[in-house]
Amino acid sequence: MLTRINVMLAALLALCALGLVTSQHHARRLFIDLERAQAHSAAHEVRWNQLQVEQTELAKSALIDARARRELGMQAVQGERTLHLSIDPITRVVSLSQPWREVPGPARSGVRAAAAGAPARAGAGSVPRVGAAAPARPPSGSSQAVRPPAGAAAGKQPAPGRSAGDRPAAEVSR
Amino acid sequence: MTRKRGRHVPFTENPLLKVRLPAYRSQVMMLCVAVAFIALAARAVWLQAFSQDFLQRQGESRYARTLELPASRGKIFDRNGVVLASSLPARAIWASPEQIEATPAQLASLARLLEIREADLRQKLSDSDRTFVYLKRQVEPDVAARIAALEISGVHQQREYKRHYPEGETIAHVVGFTNVEDIGQEGVELAKDSVLSGQPGSRRVIRDRLGRAIEDVGATREPHHGSDLALAIDSKIQYLAFNAVREAVREHRAKAGAAVVIDVRTGEILALTNWPTFDPNRRDKLSGAQLRNRVLTDTFEPGSTMKPFTAALALELGQVRPDTVIQTAPGRMRIGSSTIGDAHPHGALTVEEVVQKSSNIGTVKMALEMAPQQMWEFYAALGFGQAPRIGFPGAVAGRVRPYRSWKPIEQATMSYGHGMSVSLLQLARAYSVFARDGELIPLSMFRVDALVDGAPVIRPQTARSVRQMLELAAGPKGTAPRAQIAGYRVAGKTGTANKQEDGRYTKKYVSSFVGFAPASDPRVIVAVMIDEPSAGKYYGGVVAAPVFAQITGDSLRALRIAPDAPMAQVVLPAEAVKESM
Repeated sequence: MLTRINVMLAALLALCALGLVTSQHHARRLFIDLERAQAHSAAHEVRWNQLQVEQTELAKSALIDARARRELGMQAVQGERTLHLSIDPITRVVSLSQPWREVPGPARSGVRAAAAGAPARAGAGSVPRVGAAAPARPPSGSSQAVRPPAGAAAGKQPAPGRSAGDRPAAEVSR
Repeated sequence: MTRKRGRHVPFTENPLLKVRLPAYRSQVMMLCVAVAFIALAARAVWLQAFSQDFLQRQGESRYARTLELPASRGKIFDRNGVVLASSLPARAIWASPEQIEATPAQLASLARLLEIREADLRQKLSDSDRTFVYLKRQVEPDVAARIAALEISGVHQQREYKRHYPEGETIAHVVGFTNVEDIGQEGVELAKDSVLSGQPGSRRVIRDRLGRAIEDVGATREPHHGSDLALAIDSKIQYLAFNAVREAVREHRAKAGAAVVIDVRTGEILALTNWPTFDPNRRDKLSGAQLRNRVLTDTFEPGSTMKPFTAALALELGQVRPDTVIQTAPGRMRIGSSTIGDAHPHGALTVEEVVQKSSNIGTVKMALEMAPQQMWEFYAALGFGQAPRIGFPGAVAGRVRPYRSWKPIEQATMSYGHGMSVSLLQLARAYSVFARDGELIPLSMFRVDALVDGAPVIRPQTARSVRQMLELAAGPKGTAPRAQIAGYRVAGKTGTANKQEDGRYTKKYVSSFVGFAPASDPRVIVAVMIDEPSAGKYYGGVVAAPVFAQITGDSLRALRIAPDAPMAQVVLPAEAVKESM
C-alpha cells in the first residue's frame, strides 16, 4: 500500500517537473515574441519619425512656393482677389463678406463673377477685369502701380485713401 | 558448533589477524579523513556564504546582459504640428587601427562611403598605438549598412542619433541646433535642452545561446524620453516673413535684415526671421554673421520708431492733446552746443502731425517738458533696458542710461530714439501698448492656448489716440505710405538711424518699421529691420515699410483675418514725407 503511494507520488513529481520545464520554455518563447514585437514597434516609431521629417521636407513652404511659381506659373494671393466668407455663429448661415462694393454690371469674370453667381467663363482668366480709366490716380512716379478696383468700371469709386470711418458696406455680415 | 578437524582454523582466529597493529595508525587515518571533511565543509561554507556574490556575478555574466535603453530627444513642432526638429537613428563609424585588415580596394570604397579623402582615412588608421578612433559620426543608416557590407575587420559601428531640421534655414535661428552628442548648442535646442533631452534607462536580461533575451532579471530602469515642444511659430508665416526679408536684403544690397511677427492677443511670436542665415543640417562652414539672431541679440538705435512713445507720455502726463499745436519752424533748434533739425521745415504741426510727419523738433519740444525720471520710468515700464523674459539664450537688454546723468541734449535725442539702443523684439513688444489699449504683453516663444493679460502702462484713451497717429503715419500723407495694405487699415512708424562706429556716426543706416494691423482691432505686430541698405535708398519708409506691408498682408491672410477696409487701391504719393533723423 505504502509502496503504491510512493510510486504515485514519484510519478506526480516527475510530471510536475516536466510541466515546470514546459511552462518555463513557453514563457521564454512568449518573452521572445514580446521582445520581437517591441523591437518592431520601436522600428515603426523610427520609421514614423523618418516619414514625418520627410513629409515636412517635401511640404515645406519654400519648396511649394518655388515650384508653384516656376512650374505652375502661380502667383501670390492678392487682397483684392480674395473672397472672405463668414459664418454666422447662431444661424450657421455662410455669407460673403465682400470688402469691395458689389456693382451690377456686365463683363465680370473670375472669382468676383463666381461670387456674384455668374458662371465664370472659360479662358477669361481669374484676374478681374478692371476699368480702362482709373480716376483719381495720383501723380505717381513710384514703381508700385495703382490698381483700380472692380467698382471703378462702373464709376463707383471708393474714396482714395482711408480714414477711420471708411468701412466696407458688406462687412455687416461679419 | 565447533568442529576440530585437522588444521582447520576458524576465520576469527586467523593468525594473520592476530598481528597486533599499533592503535595510532587507525587514529591517524581517522584524523586525516576528518580533516579532509572539515576542509570540504569549510570550503563549502566559504563558497556558499562568503564568496556567494562574486560567484553569482561570475555566473550571471555568462548568460545575463545589461541592455542600455536609449532615450530619444524630444521633437520640436511649430504651432500647427509641423516638425521643426526630430532625432533619427544614425551610426558612428569607428575603428581600432591595430586590428585593421583591409585591402586597398576596401579602403577606397570605405573612404568613398564616408565622403572623406583616402589619404585622410589612411592617416587616421596609421596610428596603430590607438585602439579607438572615430572615422565619421552621424552616418545615415543606409550608408552604414553598406559600410558593414564591406566586412572590413577592425571597423565597427555604434548606434547614435542625428538631429534633422526639415525646415532648414527658414527657421534656423529660432530652433537652433545640437552637437554630435545631441546636446543643444543654440536657440530653443539650447534654451530647452533639459526638457528635450531624455534620460536613458537600462534593463538586465538573460540571453539564450542565440543571443535572444529570454527573461528579465532584476529591476528595469525605464528610459525617460525627452518631451516634445510646440513653438508659437507658424511655419507658413515664418516662411513668408523670411522670404520678404531675404528679398529686401537683396534688393537694397543690405548687410542683414530681420523681422518679427507677434500675435497681439496672446503675445506669441508667430515668426522670427533673420538674413543671413544658415542651414542647420549642414553646419561645416558657419560664420558669426550667419549665426546671429538679430531680432534678439543685436541692438540698434531705434530712431523715429521711438517718437510715438514720447507722444504717448506727453498725452499721458496731460501736457498735450492730439490736436495741440506745436511750432516746429524754422526746422532747426539749438540745445546747448548742439543743433538738431528736421529733414524739412514743417511749420506749425499738431501732435498728431508731429508723429505723422516724424518731426524731430516737435518731439523734442514735447520731451523737454518732461522730467528725465518720468521718461526713464516710462521706458523702463515699456521694457527698454531690460532683457525680455522669453527664456531664450542671448536675449539682450539694450541700453537706456540712468536718468540722473542725462543732459538736456541727451534727453532730447532719446525722445526720437538716438543715444539709446534696443533690440527689435523689445521694440515690437513695446508697440503692444498701442495695439492692446495700453497693455504691455508678455512674449512667448511657445504656444499659448489662452488669452494673455498684459500689464497696463498707459490709459486706453492714450493708446487709441496714438494708434490714430500711427495710422496717419502709415497713410498717404505720412512717412510710410508704402506700409499700406489693400483691404486692411495699418498703423505703424518708420525709423531710420545712422549707425555708430567707434563713437562716431557714419553714413551707414539702419532702416526699420514697426506697426500693427488691422488698425480697427489689431491682431499682429510686425517689426522689420534692414541693416545697412546700400543700394541708394535708406529711409525706413522706402526700405522697411514695403517689407512690413508684405509680411503683414501675408500674415493676416494666413491667419484668416477679415479685412477692415475697402479693397481700394493703395494710394502712393509722388514722394513720401521724409522722416527726420
